[in-house]
Amino acid sequence: MTVESTAARKTTRRSSGTKRTASASTSTTKKTSTRAEAVATEPELVQLLTPEGERVQHPDYDIDLSAEELRGLYRDMVLTRRFDAEATSLQRQGELGLWASLLGQEAAQIGSGRALRDDDYVFPTYREHGVAWVRGVDPTNLLGMFRGVNHGGWDPSTNNFHLYTIVLGSQTLHATGYAMGIAKDGADSAVLAYFGDGASSQGDVNESFVFSAVYNAPVVFFCQNNQWAISEPTEKQTRVPLYQRAAGFGFPGVRVDGNDVLACLAVTRWALERARNGEGPTLIEAFTYRMAAHTTSDDPTKYRRDEEREAWEAKDPIQRLKTYMENEGHADAAFFEELEAESEALGKQVREVVRAMPVPEHMAIFDNVYADGHALVDEERAEFAAYQASFANGEAE
Amino acid sequence: MAVQKLPLAKALNESLRKALETDPKVLIMGLDVGKLGGVFRITEGLQKDFGEDRVIDTPLAESGIVGTAIGLALRGYRPVVEIQFDGFVFPAYDQIVTQLAKIRARSLGTVKMPVVIRIPYGGGIGAVEHHSESPESLFAHVAGLKVVTPANSSDAYWMLQQAIQSDDPVIFFEPKRRYWDKGEVDTEAIPGELHKARVAREGTDLTLVAYGPMVKTCLEVAEAAAEEGKSIEVVDLRSISPIDFDTIQASVEKTRRLVVVHEAPVFFGSGAEIAARITERCFYHLEAPVLRVGGYHAPYPPARLEEEYLPGLDRVLDAVDRSLAY
Repeated sequence: MTVESTAARKTTRRSSGTKRTASASTSTTKKTSTRAEAVATEPELVQLLTPEGERVQHPDYDIDLSAEELRGLYRDMVLTRRFDAEATSLQRQGELGLWASLLGQEAAQIGSGRALRDDDYVFPTYREHGVAWVRGVDPTNLLGMFRGVNHGGWDPSTNNFHLYTIVLGSQTLHATGYAMGIAKDGADSAVLAYFGDGASSQGDVNESFVFSAVYNAPVVFFCQNNQWAISEPTEKQTRVPLYQRAAGFGFPGVRVDGNDVLACLAVTRWALERARNGEGPTLIEAFTYRMAAHTTSDDPTKYRRDEEREAWEAKDPIQRLKTYMENEGHADAAFFEELEAESEALGKQVREVVRAMPVPEHMAIFDNVYADGHALVDEERAEFAAYQASFANGEAE
Repeated sequence: MAVQKLPLAKALNESLRKALETDPKVLIMGLDVGKLGGVFRITEGLQKDFGEDRVIDTPLAESGIVGTAIGLALRGYRPVVEIQFDGFVFPAYDQIVTQLAKIRARSLGTVKMPVVIRIPYGGGIGAVEHHSESPESLFAHVAGLKVVTPANSSDAYWMLQQAIQSDDPVIFFEPKRRYWDKGEVDTEAIPGELHKARVAREGTDLTLVAYGPMVKTCLEVAEAAAEEGKSIEVVDLRSISPIDFDTIQASVEKTRRLVVVHEAPVFFGSGAEIAARITERCFYHLEAPVLRVGGYHAPYPPARLEEEYLPGLDRVLDAVDRSLAY
């Protein structure tokens, strides 16, 4: 993947400009007044590419991308889906203890992720494999936690991509604090915080809205409403469309077609630009669908109907961009063939790396608990080492 | 003057001032810490002198305070967070236990978490519910956190700065009923180690281990016992995670008797940990089982009953007598 230099991105940023004001954002969405409308129907959302692959214009969030950029987004989505499929297979083969699939959410993640600059910072939950991909995180790094060899295991500052956070919504506060720090530093970077429709019920998410609004923190909250929090549908989380909550905290909320990579990119770019310009937080609700189970441990057939999934399959984010690119001649057959080969190579590499992941040394239990050391940890480490050594001595005898 | 006589609260205030002066990355955060200077005035005058950008009044949301402090620490700041009272820390407990304590390990040691959480704790000031509790064991039980508590002005001054300098998260419990006790602070001294216990009074017949608000009580006990011809050694623990067992062990090997005193409920309290470990370490030295004096397994009582609940002179002396009777 190509990673633009910070300088290049800055140039892009300067030329793109802010497209609209905060107060205008609510005008794009119909007010829904009943619970049924809020959750059961699909209200008007920002869309630039229809499920049929037709390019449509939006008065506020339009975007102009070159054929190369379109191919780049497509490639990101395809490779991310391939990676995800490989991880799912690896779980089924017993190589991973668990996997949280992003199937169906590629556009939401690639679109929002590609709106970032290198100096921005991302706070993911545990399903943002596509965002990690665009940040340049080695995808196999994401698998250590699921294989059970670590709890994260990467240095967040390398790619400005924080560790996966499993407790729902906790990271939105970290994102807000980090954004407050950016503002204190007088920097013009921004923070992108991911969470889901289930996490929107958590106190921490609501507290992060309060803090970010009060301190005008440069943070964009990106809620992937994939319709299900394990087996609980969105109507168990909220009686109003999630993006409308932002108004109550004093910042704009926008609902975007989460299966439309162009719309996700355009809206996130706009929101990050607002943050950089000192206009404070934005809530983006990407209306999308989790095609697979919550994790490989649950069984969606117990809580949702096949027809629902089929209806969403028709909105597939990858297929719609492919149709558009083919119709417009933005990619030729060779591109798709090469990408197919690249996907297979990625799958193979992921499989090999995962299988070769070493189990950490026993003593790693005691590593990195404290920076300054801790007498109890030192004592227990010594006891454990002696205990382990007793086996070695026994074998030697 | 390097040596001043300061109330414990003022020593904390001076310590925070020093930390703010020394390191531009240090931030003070919490409810009412700015204009009001905190409900106990620990941060008095700091916002006036260091500005709203360094001494930050926050929304009324404890999880938000700690969670954003974590984010600020990730950005390179060293936040010192004030939780107004012991019983109010629980909305932030999730952030402290599942995030603050673990981010370093989760990142394989690449991320530092230099966050200090100051919590005024303990009873004895006639407060209403949730304003008098001693939850230190709940934090000491969590790997990744350090837990300390000063008992006098000098430690208040030095230990707080040491906690702020630490790259690990430190839960800093302040004995609120001792806030107004005066003590000498030498601001040019070389402080002792943050996690080292201190022998507050030498003795030969029995060791009392205490920390925070109970150190003063135990020194009074030793004074009273001395009138009856008993020589009591008092160890001020200072740090509850880690615990300096070596200092306790040395004392117990000398006195052969140990009573642990704290305000928190005895059941699953820090006294249980000390009793167990010292029994392991000093089994052949002990002349009596390790005894504990503390709160009961009941919600902290209404203020009019708190003197019955809290370990006082008589209850501790009774335990001393029981130990010496073996």
